[in-house]
Parts: sequence; structure tokens; C-alpha cells
Amino acid sequence: MLEVTGLRVAYGGIQAVRGINFHVNQGEMVALIGANGAGKTSTLKALARLLNAAGGSVRYCGKEILNLPPHQLVSAGIALVPEGRGVFPRMSIVENLQMGAYSRRDNDGIEADKEHVFSLFPRLKERAFQLAGTLSGGEQQMLAIGRALMSRPKLLLLDEPSMGLAPLMVQKIFEVICAVAKEGMTVLLIEQNAKLALEVSQRGYVMESGEITLTGESGALLEDPKVRAAYLGE
Amino acid sequence: MDIFIQQIINGLVLGSIYALVALGYTMVYGIMGLINFAHGEVVMIGAMVALSVVKALAASGLPVFAVILIALAAAALVCMAIGFSVERIAYRPLRRAHKLAPLITAIGISIILQHTAMLVWGRNYHAFPPILPASAHEIFGATITSLQVAIVLIAGLMMAGLMVLINHTRFGRAMRATSENPQIAQLMGVDINKIISATFVIGSALAAVAGLMVSANYSIAHYYMGFMLGLKAFTAAVLGGIGNIAGAVLGGILLGLIEALGAGYIGDLTGGFLGSHYQDIFAFFVLIGVLIFRPSGLIGERVSERA
Ligand SMILES: Nc1ncnc2c1ncn2[C@@H]1O[C@H](COP(=O)(O)OP(=O)(O)OP(=O)(O)O)[C@@H](O)[C@H]1O
Ligand SMILES: [Mg+2]
Repeated sequence: MLEVTGLRVAYGGIQAVRGINFHVNQGEMVALIGANGAGKTSTLKALARLLNAAGGSVRYCGKEILNLPPHQLVSAGIALVPEGRGVFPRMSIVENLQMGAYSRRDNDGIEADKEHVFSLFPRLKERAFQLAGTLSGGEQQMLAIGRALMSRPKLLLLDEPSMGLAPLMVQKIFEVICAVAKEGMTVLLIEQNAKLALEVSQRGYVMESGEITLTGESGALLEDPKVRAAYLGE
Repeated sequence: MDIFIQQIINGLVLGSIYALVALGYTMVYGIMGLINFAHGEVVMIGAMVALSVVKALAASGLPVFAVILIALAAAALVCMAIGFSVERIAYRPLRRAHKLAPLITAIGISIILQHTAMLVWGRNYHAFPPILPASAHEIFGATITSLQVAIVLIAGLMMAGLMVLINHTRFGRAMRATSENPQIAQLMGVDINKIISATFVIGSALAAVAGLMVSANYSIAHYYMGFMLGLKAFTAAVLGGIGNIAGAVLGGILLGLIEALGAGYIGDLTGGFLGSHYQDIFAFFVLIGVLIFRPSGLIGERVSERA
């Protein structure tokens, strides 16, 4: 479904992503793990067209997307939950969800999906008209995921959904991510929490200083001594 | 005649006009963090076009209402086209440039618009043809003309419409999303270039209405009128809290009242040393005062976190 080849991202002279290859198959959950500054977010931003890649190609459902304007990705079926959540702080929860459905015109479907998001995250329903900027970090993460689901994506890109959250909240969020994936959603999950990411995904890629250094079945990566030493603190 | 009530009425009329213009400044600032200093000139062009159309049709036998409507439509079309082009030519290419760059192109555009107007309409003052019924109403010992009533009502309606558009429609949500975080707005499928263009076009339409109102209310228009009017409206936007829609309305009305009351009493206050033609100084006292004591404006609320 997603085929990345030779992707490069540079900030001025600094090479943040140095020609990486990876792919995500339909219906799969794939983890991309790595330490701070490895280039994970840069990779995702290039996929989502929030910054221009310095080279390489990204094919989604067989079509090159690196030349699409960013606002057309969502109608193609790609939704991103950005690092740091990126909710609209001065809009209510409901309005944030409506923004998630901006590319759609089927009002009945939108309404139904809003109720679906509320059933996944009852906390959001209780606070439906509260400004997103006043939500806790965990609630904002729920909102960011809910908002992404509102576009009915085929491919969900998640950038560190566990960042800065208490263990209980992380568990709650990952339950929902797994549930969504079970329903058939294709997911690319970026995480620093390698253990968690490899436990929920089928395959994984390890990224270091802008390059992919290791790949394989998530179960195998969990057992890999290098991964255990570098990312699982053993 | 009661000076106080009279000046309150004059202030409300003036303030409604300032508010319409201030909305143009504040919408653009809200969405792209840029002060469109050419906006005052757009008001001037609106006034000139409207006045010219009224002049041309004054003797045509059309009903007054139709003449005004045609003048308004013409002014709005011209202003919307100018607003659209200004963004395309002067601001869009500079979106990633240093903040000072679009400020300089704004001044350049102002000069171009002013001088184009001078070439088209000349340096003279143009009188607004006296086609409007001069009916005046007595109220609490002061007088208010039908024109003044119409100005306040129409301005109020337009502002209410704008509020509904921004707060309760899909387009308005996209506008607010773009102003809060353009990158994320794009992720949601918002074509932010379209939203930015629309913002300029809407602001320019309001400017056209304001232009017609100013020229009709003061019965005069000239190519240089946009400068002072623009500065005043900008002051009003800053007073209310630039970027804040309700703030622009509040700031506009307040500034109108301050100016009108100031003009009404400045003679008494200074023992006749300064006359009412010094009314312009009040706007600048207000601007300096706001910048010193409350730079975020009266309604400077901002949920600052970009979580
Ligand atoms: N806007 C920028 N300008 C310059 N350098 C940048 C910019 N954004 C990221 N970088 C650099 O690119 C490299 C990769 O950053 P990136 O954010 O992609 O890492 P990451 O893997 O997402 O890290 P983290 O786990 O901390 O989120 C880093 O060295 C970072 O300093
Ligand atoms: Mg990151």
C-alpha cells in the first residue's frame, strides 16, 4: 500500500533522513522505532507533504505522492496524527472533529463517525464543547486520533502517540489503536517506546541517524540482542 | 442641542465605519500574522468607485436605492479584485520571507494604489452628489439622519453576518483552523491558499462598503483619504486586540466614540486653544496608550499553547 524508496530529507545542509526504503502492506501495522533525532518525524512529515523531500519516491496505492499538494492527501485516504498532537486549541472538541471530516460532504456519515469516536473515547464526549487547548495531554491525544479517524482514512500515520503520557493513558490509547487496526486499518506507528510498538505491530523498522539499520518481524526484533541493548534498556 | 448625545451618535456612525475597516486588518492578521497596510487604500478606491458611479447615475432617473446598490456592487467588485491581487502579487511570494519584507511591499502597494487613484480621479476633492434624502430625526435633543441610521444598521448587519460565517460555517472553521495552525489545517484537507485569498476578498468587500459609507456620510472623497482612515482603523484593530474579530468591532466603535467626544469637548478642555479639527490626535493617543499599557488589546485573550 505504501512504498518508500530512497527517501531523503535535509534541513539546509543537515541530512536528517539519508535515503531510506520501507513499505507498509494493506491491513498491516508497521512500527518505525528509533532514538531522539533519528529522523522519524522528518520521515513522516515528508510522507504527509508537510515538508519537501530532498529526494526519493513515495508511492501510495501505486501512485507517487511526493508531488501532491498537502491538502490532497486526506482525500486520497492518508491521515496523520502529528507529533505533539496538533489539535486546534481555540476550537472545541466537536469542531476539531468536524475539521477532521473537512474533506467529506456526507453529513450523516460524519455525524455517525463522530458518535463512533465518542464511543471509542467517552472522555471526549463528556467534554464535547470544551476548548481543545484546555484538555489534558492524554485527552488531546485522544482528540488527535479521533480527528484523524474522522476522515475515514485507509492509512493512518501515528507519530509518537505515547509521548508524555502516563502509563494508564498510554494503555488506553493503544487499546484504541489496536482496535482500529483490527478493523482493517493500515497503520504506520512511530514510537520511541520500542517495546510497546513492537508488541502491537506485525513488522518493524529500526531507524538510526537517518538510516534504517534493522528490519524484521516485530517478535523477532523484540528478541534481537542489538534492539534489546539499545532500545529496551537491557 | 445636546452636544453629548450628538457626539455619541456621531461616534457610533464613525465607529461603525472604523469597525468595518478594522475587520479587514484583523482577519488578515489573524490568518497570516501580517498587517496589510494597503487596506486603507482599498477603502479609498471603494469610496472613489462608488462616488463615480453615483455621479454617473445621479441624473439617470433610477431610484436612489438602485443607484446606491449599483455603486456598492461596482465598488465591491473592484475592491475584491484588488484585495485578491494584492495578496497574490505582494504577499504570497513572500510567505516564507522575513516579516519586514511584506511590510515593505505593503507600503509599495499603498503608493501604487494612491497614485493610480490620483491619475484616474485627479488631486481634487470630489463631492458626493446630494441624491440621498436629507431627512433628520430628533432624538434626546440631538439629530440623526436617515443616512446615519442606515450606516449603523448596515454595518451591524454585516458584522453579525461575518461573525456567523466565521463561527458557525464549514468555511469559517477552515479559516480559524488556518489561523491557528496552517500546517495542520492542510493535513485536514484545507487548501490554505484558497482560504487566504477568500480572507482578503471578504475584507476588501467590507472595505468597499466602508468606503461608500465614508464618502456618503462626509459627502466627499479624494485620493488621499485612505491613509488616515487606514491608520485609524488599524488603531481600532490594535485597541480591540489585533487578530480578534470581536475586538475589531469593539475597538472600532470605541475609537469612533473617543474621537467624536474628544472633538466635541477639546475646545472646552483646552480653553479654546485646540479646535475640533484636532480630533485626529485622539486616535494616536489611543494607539500609543494601548501599545504601552495593553499591547494585546482589550480582548487580548489567547490560549497561547500550540499543543
Ligand atoms: N526544522 C528543522 N530544522 C533543522 N533541523 C531539524 C529540523 N527538524 C528536525 N531537525 C533535525 O533533524 C534530525 C531528525 O529529527 P526528527 O524530528 O525527524 O527526529 P525524531 O526521530 O522524530 O526524534 P524524536 O524521537 O525526538 O521525535 C534531528 O537531528 C533534528 O535536529
Ligand atoms: Mg519525532
